[in-house]
Amino acid sequence: MRANFIFSEVWIGLRRNLTMTIAVIVTVAVAMALLGVGLLINYQVSLMKDYWSDRVEVSVFLCKKESPFPTCKSSPGGVREAERVQLKAMIEAMPQVERVDFEDQAAAYKLFKEQFAGDAVLGQVAEESDMPESLRVKLKNPDEYPAVINPLKGYKGVAQVVNQQDILEKFFGLLEKLRYAALTIAGILVLSAILLIGNTVRLSAFNRRRETGIMRLVGASNLYIQLPFVMEGVIAGLIGGVMAAVLLIVAKVFLFEGVQNFLAANSQLGWDSVASVITLTMVIGVLICVLASFFTLRRYLRV
Amino acid sequence: MIHFDNVTKVYANQNRPALDHVSVDVDKGEFVFLVGPSGSGKSTFLRLVLKEEKPNSGAIHVAGKDLAKLSNFKVPHLRRRIGCVFQDFRLLPNKNVYENVAFALEVIGKPRRFIRKVVPEVIELVGLEGKAHRMPDELSGGEQQRVAMARAFVNRPMILLADEPTGNIDPATSIGIMKVLDRINRTGTTVVMATHDAAIVDSMRKRVVELEDGKIVRDQSRGVYGQAY
Repeated sequence: MRANFIFSEVWIGLRRNLTMTIAVIVTVAVAMALLGVGLLINYQVSLMKDYWSDRVEVSVFLCKKESPFPTCKSSPGGVREAERVQLKAMIEAMPQVERVDFEDQAAAYKLFKEQFAGDAVLGQVAEESDMPESLRVKLKNPDEYPAVINPLKGYKGVAQVVNQQDILEKFFGLLEKLRYAALTIAGILVLSAILLIGNTVRLSAFNRRRETGIMRLVGASNLYIQLPFVMEGVIAGLIGGVMAAVLLIVAKVFLFEGVQNFLAANSQLGWDSVASVITLTMVIGVLICVLASFFTLRRYLRV
Repeated sequence: MIHFDNVTKVYANQNRPALDHVSVDVDKGEFVFLVGPSGSGKSTFLRLVLKEEKPNSGAIHVAGKDLAKLSNFKVPHLRRRIGCVFQDFRLLPNKNVYENVAFALEVIGKPRRFIRKVVPEVIELVGLEGKAHRMPDELSGGEQQRVAMARAFVNRPMILLADEPTGNIDPATSIGIMKVLDRINRTGTTVVMATHDAAIVDSMRKRVVELEDGKIVRDQSRGVYGQAY
């Protein structure tokens, strides 16, 4: 097998079909980038789930003076100290509960100030007395929340029960949808990449039918005849894969790190997982190209 | 060397067989003319030898191999032992004479040193010395056919198949082509040549196999083309 012969044939083939080659490269690049984004979202979601499952709490907001919540009608003066202590003891007695902390108005106000530091109007209007008191309930297993929440809803002195997991679930749900969208589009693009490669190889085979006819006649092996065409696919796939890698790095820097900053969560998507996703998408891209070329050739370059 | 035993070939969508129960033997080193009108089955015969087509019935042996038992994977190896020349030369227009001949060796993976040694020898054998660097469109038809013969012979095949090699060439030049074929035959290579050219067949005085409607109607050693044409 003579490498320089193969490569000169490959080069001729790629140059003759330049526009088709570019189309293949771009399609493979976008398809693989979207596939990679889908996989990265997957990593990100599982990282965040791990991170948050240690931190999500059930917030039990207590009635304060003149609370508008209907469950607070029975205690118009707000919850009393004794009631609060009794409630806390009751929740602590539940088997699913790990820990219960009381957050008073001062602590709540401090948190509020921190969260809305950028918002001048809200930061000034709200006063410490507007803040609700709450019991922060940490569960042993965040998935067992119904058993804790249901008896607390409508309990005397309880204004509202908020499960932080519900809020996170909405966010995760959005990410899941994004992932499915990326993977669906990637799938469609993979299909068009396969068709494009098939077409390119067919054109290439037609352009070189004289050469391949002579090669068959003088007894060149099928591998030798087909290798230049398959290599064309491999090279287009590799270039597409490199472009996809660049797109994925850009996505990691601007998209995923942006999401992490927004969530202020310590669930950084590492470069190692980006590298493994890039490797995987490159392998898939090249494989698609090889298989598409190979199966097209079987139809157009028969013995 | 070539052995056809009761071979029938019917192409798809045709009811008349292209070859109809043909049995013929060609021995090593023989020179055989295959004659007959167009559509009589000459080209089908050659294609069957190359295993470009498969017979509907009957057995074909080429160079000691039963083609029915030869897997597709091994067909290229069969073809390396058979050289082919056609009416339309089939040269690569963007390669010069030397490169066209060398191409046949490159694509079967022969080492470059071997190619450098044998290609000039074969170019000389076909009478094109000094023209190795000409492009095909700078050559006459007869010279182009000599290049094709050099390419067919460069791998020293056991069999040379020629499908109307003088079909596009004037009678005077054809004599030169036949001399080259005769020279190749004298090296021990079996030559099978399909032709319409009565003058050539008559002058060579070799074995003649005549086909008509897919049947062998004459098989004569030291024959002539026949009066009918």
